[in-house]
Amino acid sequence: VDLRYTPQEEAFRADLRDWLANVLPDLPPQPSADDWPARRAYDTGWQRTLFEGGYAGVNWPTEYGGRGATLTEQLIYLEETTLAGAPYIGVNFVGMLHAGPTIMAEASEGQKAAHLPAILRGDEVWCQGFSEPSAGSDLAALGCKAVLDGDEYVITGQKTWTSFAQVADWCELLIRTDPAASKHRGITWVMFPMDTPGVEIRPLRTVVGTSEFSEVFFDEARVAVSNRVGLENDGWRVAMVTFGFERGTGFVSDLVETGKMLQELAELAKHVTRGSATAWDDVSVRRDIGQMQAEMDALWALTKRNLAQADRNGVPGAGGSLVKVCYSELLQRLTEVAMELLGRAGLSRTDVGDLPSGAFVEERLRSLSFSIAAGTSQIQRNIIAERILGLPKEKPWTSS
Amino acid sequence: VDFELNDDQAALAAGVRSFCEGRLPIDVVRALEPAGGVDRGLWRELADLGVFSLRLPEADGGVGLGWAESVLVAEELGRALTPGPLLWSQLLGGLVDGVADGSVLVAGVERDDPSGLVEYGGLVDHLAVLDDDGVRVVGAADVGLEPQPLPLDPLTPVWRRTAPLPEGDQVAGPDEVATLRRGGAVLVAAFLLGIAEVATADAVAYSLERTQFDRPIGSFQSLKHLMADMVIRTELARAAVYAAGVTLDDPSVGDVERAVAGAKLLAADAAIGNTKSSVQVHGGMGYTWEIDAHLQLKRAYALEPTFGTRPELAERLAGLVGQL
Repeated sequence: VDLRYTPQEEAFRADLRDWLANVLPDLPPQPSADDWPARRAYDTGWQRTLFEGGYAGVNWPTEYGGRGATLTEQLIYLEETTLAGAPYIGVNFVGMLHAGPTIMAEASEGQKAAHLPAILRGDEVWCQGFSEPSAGSDLAALGCKAVLDGDEYVITGQKTWTSFAQVADWCELLIRTDPAASKHRGITWVMFPMDTPGVEIRPLRTVVGTSEFSEVFFDEARVAVSNRVGLENDGWRVAMVTFGFERGTGFVSDLVETGKMLQELAELAKHVTRGSATAWDDVSVRRDIGQMQAEMDALWALTKRNLAQADRNGVPGAGGSLVKVCYSELLQRLTEVAMELLGRAGLSRTDVGDLPSGAFVEERLRSLSFSIAAGTSQIQRNIIAERILGLPKEKPWTSS
Repeated sequence: VDFELNDDQAALAAGVRSFCEGRLPIDVVRALEPAGGVDRGLWRELADLGVFSLRLPEADGGVGLGWAESVLVAEELGRALTPGPLLWSQLLGGLVDGVADGSVLVAGVERDDPSGLVEYGGLVDHLAVLDDDGVRVVGAADVGLEPQPLPLDPLTPVWRRTAPLPEGDQVAGPDEVATLRRGGAVLVAAFLLGIAEVATADAVAYSLERTQFDRPIGSFQSLKHLMADMVIRTELARAAVYAAGVTLDDPSVGDVERAVAGAKLLAADAAIGNTKSSVQVHGGMGYTWEIDAHLQLKRAYALEPTFGTRPELAERLAGLVGQL
């Protein structure tokens, strides 16, 4: 176990800090939360800035224009950009972290050339068409139907929870090409242009009031077979390859953000008055904060441990499930403590007078999704129980 | 940054585990109950392994390793539920004559501990008394000690001090005692981590073996989630405990106070949480003396208060966050 940074890593950090200090003051103002064209422009503008600065695709191999950074450098990149308040990856998420890496691993040279440079520059925005109303935790049950007609697939069905669908150019889409095959077979992975006729996007309003996700309906929408990545009916494997890219850096930004928020919670506790005392004088509040700090620090250490294991074994362990469960439940607890502290000031989603309360109320709502999205905490616990402990799967359900 | 055991560390941990599996299977540990958990022969063997001289320089006959390695050894000894005054032998080897070679047994207390209880007090040669000024050693026979008839952990018998402590000989000063307390907290955390692991392993094994409704009970989601939480607590604690060991060796990589307090807090959460869950997974059998879960649970509770209870540590951590 060695927690020291090498001189090269320290130099990487110092250069990045300098660069961030240079470019961040010139950022345009943040767009409003539900103005999606403006958010696209803002996020892709930042991607372009990263590209010009040599920081686009820190985790992408150099042969595809990325920086090919080590995992520790990726950790430093995510830590420093978050601490500096740089924009989040936003609408570039699917392209940079899901579709792009899948294309690198599975697509033809022509397909790679058509998309990878455009994603890296921020010219192309992608969304993900995986989940369906009847295929959530059980993703392989997806039924979005595709029928081969000459050199095209004709697609009819529905996707949901599709982030950034309103502003995406392309969709990494899973379609059912063989309804007779068992559920993991018969799925195909295609690159689908979002401006195809027969596509309807209906934004879903979330608990925070904005529309991060959409439902996407396909009514005999046609896509060229040449847009298929991998073989027909081999799409489940292709989709799983994507998940194999996760090396344990997935929650680094969130952890850093949450660390900041915990400090802010301690500050908030000192500002919330209760008669002649403050909430900070309440030992139970201090213990809650101390406990969460211990867990935050341990999650940070666990992240480094997961990275070290991914580095050696080339595959991520089930350690990612551990971090996800802990992190999402920790953030929910943090915001719950904040709501208890705020009392009536929690009635407003914006700051109440001088009290910096708005961000906590907002995060209490937003964090509800964290134990649901990308594998619920319950599914994660199944994964931990089955893959780490070797416990058996539950018997299949049969109607009586 | 490489948060993975290096080859030497992995070999050290494997060596101690293999020693424990051969020398300290749970039947042997249980058989030590009439002797109050103390086996002087075992102590010599642990000394020969280098357990009590791990951090002493090689020039002084020690192994020349650090806290990072001490943590790994303590984790394995904790996993085996090794009874006896381990913590103090690991802390005081080199400071008190005869401890490093296993010939002398020492128990330790904080001078201002209001309970007045001393683990293994009537079975050791010396008592180490800690306060902010340092560590003083007194002869165990010179301290008025009364046995408590019913200890929580049958393998951690306790005596109560009934008279003021004699003056004794100073073996460490104020700076050293601070280091010993921090190191001691991390060693206790490592014992607790080992207990959290063995509790999980036992619960999983039982849940695979025990069938009800024609299937292993370990296939029921309610129990799987209970056991998944055991893994989560263990791995969080492991990350914290290993990081604390490394930070003690090289304070430039982190905040020592924060790392130590967090490690001990989370290791206690893991050990107590996991042993309770193991009792639950074992069902009715978990409430019997025959199943090991109670020994693990009792050891976890017996270790938890040493060098800071969880509420104290949480408050200390809040104080550190509040200053930032």
